[in-house]
Amino acid sequence: MKALLLKHAEMNAVRELALPTRSASSASEPRLAAVPAPATPTPWQRTSPVLLKILEVVGPPLLGILLFIGVWALISASGDRLPSPAKTWDAAVKIFSDPFYQKGPNDQGIGWNILASLQRVGIGFGMAALIGIPLGFLIGRVQFLNAMFSPIISLLRPVSPLAWLPIGLLVFKAANPAAIWVIFISSIWPMIINTAVGVSRVPQDYLNVARVLNLSPWKVTMKILLPATLPYILTGVRLSIGVAWLVIVAAEMLTGGVGIGFWVWDEWNNLNVEHILIAIFVVGIVGLLLEQALILIAKRVTHDHPV
Amino acid sequence: MDKFLSIENAGMTFHTKRGKFEALRNVDLAIAKGEFVSLIGHSGCGKSTLLNMIAGLLNATDGVILCNNREVKGAGPDRAVVFQNHSLLPWLTCFDNVYLAVERVFGVSDSQGRQAESKAQMKARTSAALALVGLTAAEAKYPNEISGGMKQRVGIARALAMEPAVLLMDEPFGALDALTRARLQDELMVILQKTGSTVVMVTHDVDEAVLLSDRIAMMTNGPSATIGQIVSVGLDRPRDRLALATDARYIECRRLVLEFLYQKQLRPAA
Repeated sequence: MKALLLKHAEMNAVRELALPTRSASSASEPRLAAVPAPATPTPWQRTSPVLLKILEVVGPPLLGILLFIGVWALISASGDRLPSPAKTWDAAVKIFSDPFYQKGPNDQGIGWNILASLQRVGIGFGMAALIGIPLGFLIGRVQFLNAMFSPIISLLRPVSPLAWLPIGLLVFKAANPAAIWVIFISSIWPMIINTAVGVSRVPQDYLNVARVLNLSPWKVTMKILLPATLPYILTGVRLSIGVAWLVIVAAEMLTGGVGIGFWVWDEWNNLNVEHILIAIFVVGIVGLLLEQALILIAKRVTHDHPV
Repeated sequence: MDKFLSIENAGMTFHTKRGKFEALRNVDLAIAKGEFVSLIGHSGCGKSTLLNMIAGLLNATDGVILCNNREVKGAGPDRAVVFQNHSLLPWLTCFDNVYLAVERVFGVSDSQGRQAESKAQMKARTSAALALVGLTAAEAKYPNEISGGMKQRVGIARALAMEPAVLLMDEPFGALDALTRARLQDELMVILQKTGSTVVMVTHDVDEAVLLSDRIAMMTNGPSATIGQIVSVGLDRPRDRLALATDARYIECRRLVLEFLYQKQLRPAA
């Protein structure tokens, strides 16, 4: 139950952060372009339409960020528990000025922590993809396997990720593989399910072509099933990597070592709340980048937009 | 008449949730080599079902279908299909769509002792097939980059490149506008004049049927549909659509088909 709450809290944090930060990155350039505007003597009404258009695009997200920071500042000013945006910013500047220092196993720069988390996610998610995608392919293709695996998947999929941690600790007898195991088991389901759905939805027309040509199973897979299913697979991969990144923080809080999740817990024990806020932003931004990268890949390989 | 393609007492019964549904019963049709036969009938009469049975995409539940003296069991490249919605693979270029079919047919040595062809030979075949339908310039394009008429031409090129014993066409021009359809019909006649292919085409267009066919098999309404009457067109080839418009035989054939469809097999008001 605790894990579930934790997951939800994180999810919300990522979601709330996702919107403003994404717009911020796209806003930075046009904003610079807009700077000379007040310097010119032209009245507001005669501002070029291009400039107005830019303002229309970057205005709302910018306002959102300002509101967010404003509310944050207000809350922090009304009590002394939450650090102010300015104080957090100063702390962030200090942390990111030396992200790769190493002072023993429990005191390393934020860069190492992020990389350690990314490595765990990479291994766990990678193994999940290696097993999940082919398995989903078979389940989508063979009715017997579908009927065989469906109940197991339905049963295990809704299980909270951290419920798997004790099993991992029991089997691997070490914290790091256990954390990777949790990533693996919680990120495999979207890939299995999406791949299976994709394969079962390959248009009958394409399969008729395969039948008329009497293609070999290998050719059918490579020339028809795989390309037709690719968009579904990539959706599964995107969902999976989101889940993996969501779960890693919680898993690392419990397993310790190096990693962004452990770092959050460590800073909580030090009562360094600025660092916790920074961690939240970092987790959000890294998650966002992972997702955007996958959307980019998906766009490149989707056959609707041949490159 | 030699029976190159022979449908003997064929029937098709589907087992649906609401019980048995007999779509076709006692269908008999013999087609000679090089002949062009159209199947025409009201929608839902089972003409596409019959075509799919010849293709082997559906297996007849009664009777037999013989192609080249061998029973049709399952689909195969000797009975190429031009699908109504072209069914090109969107992730392959026009060239690769055709090449996929060429490679399957000519890339392996067959049971009659024909050797597998080299890649260069197969590429030449592919280019030749696309040239036949006038699409040399679009070889490197993807299906979503060309018009509907061009897609249908690629579909025809793919089917013809396989050098099938029988070319099966399921309303090949049904989704096209009237002008494009007329142009493709003319092109098809020229191509078939060269290749001498045996063709079975499903259509619901009376003019198309009379213009293209040697014989028109008219189907009764389902359920339990069958071939009600066959019209032998008997017009000389090459045919010219403008000259035929006033041709007595053409008008007579047209009248026979219309009479069958709208008097003998008038559909109850839908």
